[in-house]
Amino acid sequence: MPHDHADDAPPHSLLSPEPALRVRALETLLTRKGLIDPAALDEIIETYAHKVGPRNGAAVVARAWADPEFRRRLLEDATAAVAEMGFTGRQGEHVVAVENTAEQHNMVVCTLCSCYPWPLLGIPPGWYKSDAYRARAVREPRKVLAEFGVTLPEGQRVRVWDSTAEVRYLVLPMRPVGTDGLDESALAALVSRDAMIGTALVEAPR
Amino acid sequence: MSRVHDMGGRFGDGSVVPGPEDAPVFAEEWHARALAVTLASGALGQWTLDASRHARECLAPADYLAFSYYEKWLAGLADLLVAHGVVTRAELSGAEPGPSPLAGRRLQADAVAGALARGGPVLRDGPASRFAPGDRVRTRRPARNLAVNGGHTRLPGYAAGLRGVVERVHGCHVFADANAHGLGEQPEPLYTVVFDAGEVWGAAEAPGDTVSCDLWESYLEAET
Repeated sequence: MPHDHADDAPPHSLLSPEPALRVRALETLLTRKGLIDPAALDEIIETYAHKVGPRNGAAVVARAWADPEFRRRLLEDATAAVAEMGFTGRQGEHVVAVENTAEQHNMVVCTLCSCYPWPLLGIPPGWYKSDAYRARAVREPRKVLAEFGVTLPEGQRVRVWDSTAEVRYLVLPMRPVGTDGLDESALAALVSRDAMIGTALVEAPR
Repeated sequence: MSRVHDMGGRFGDGSVVPGPEDAPVFAEEWHARALAVTLASGALGQWTLDASRHARECLAPADYLAFSYYEKWLAGLADLLVAHGVVTRAELSGAEPGPSPLAGRRLQADAVAGALARGGPVLRDGPASRFAPGDRVRTRRPARNLAVNGGHTRLPGYAAGLRGVVERVHGCHVFADANAHGLGEQPEPLYTVVFDAGEVWGAAEAPGDTVSCDLWESYLEAET
């Protein structure tokens, strides 16, 4: 109840503690004040539920594997290279692609919040936003990788990229051997979301 | 010194639990609404993305740790709406809503696709960069906002006071520490700085492992 709260209690504490009721209260209030349009909310949700997701990033990876000139452009200026494919916008304004090699495996985290390349990978999965991943990926990436079932070969270094500003990182995984005959769409089908974060490797089709 | 969100390197969190690739994007219907209400409210233009991050970071530590991801968003949003006078405490408590002078700024459904595709680039004209790739630098210590005590900063606590090497220069980016507090954009050169994992943590999991952060120039000094 409002009168239970001191005036300096944070405003959010005035709302129901139950999150589904919280969001409904905010949506209703802002709609009644003419500040949000429920149809716009539906449009935002539709975008991230169905239109923008990791298949975008997988198409970028597949093209980089299939087209050496595109790979060169991607590694030089990923923002421009992915824009060629129509992938631009919120939380992907400044993109850097980091290439896995036999010498270095790359892994991306945001320890301070949950920064993530939305136009390429969509909304981050729950584990990426978890305290455990945010806290541990920087300090013990190899133990975290083991929890994803990944063991790196002896001698391969790990680079963890902490996304502390507005640069968003896409891992360009190593192309698996035995995929020479595959076209871009078949290659893209091999590329998982986690491989583009750096918590999985791409395996050849069996 | 630090706030609760600055958890890089912390011990005790347990295992990471991977999720299936084909899990629904929004585990609950309210997660989707929370994201959409937050984005649509941000489109009113009353605060910056940096300010919205700071609002979440200002949650009481007990709330921050108890809240799920979208609960943090909702709490931060409610606090921002009141702090910027967009809604009143009485309205949040259930009073009859009054009219808003911001109604003309409402994000329309047919403008959503364009707004999301444009995003909010933060690259700006600004001062020439003082450091170049290969330069040795040291990060400031402690990690703190120099203009606002307890304010927003993007220098993680674990990365304070470390020797590192500049790897990339990203041009001048809007300075989060200023922009989060309504102090203007104050663009500064932004760098990817690489740290040896052994230097960061005392012992690396394997020799040669590294961690990098993207850091503004004023977080850095030359290391001789």
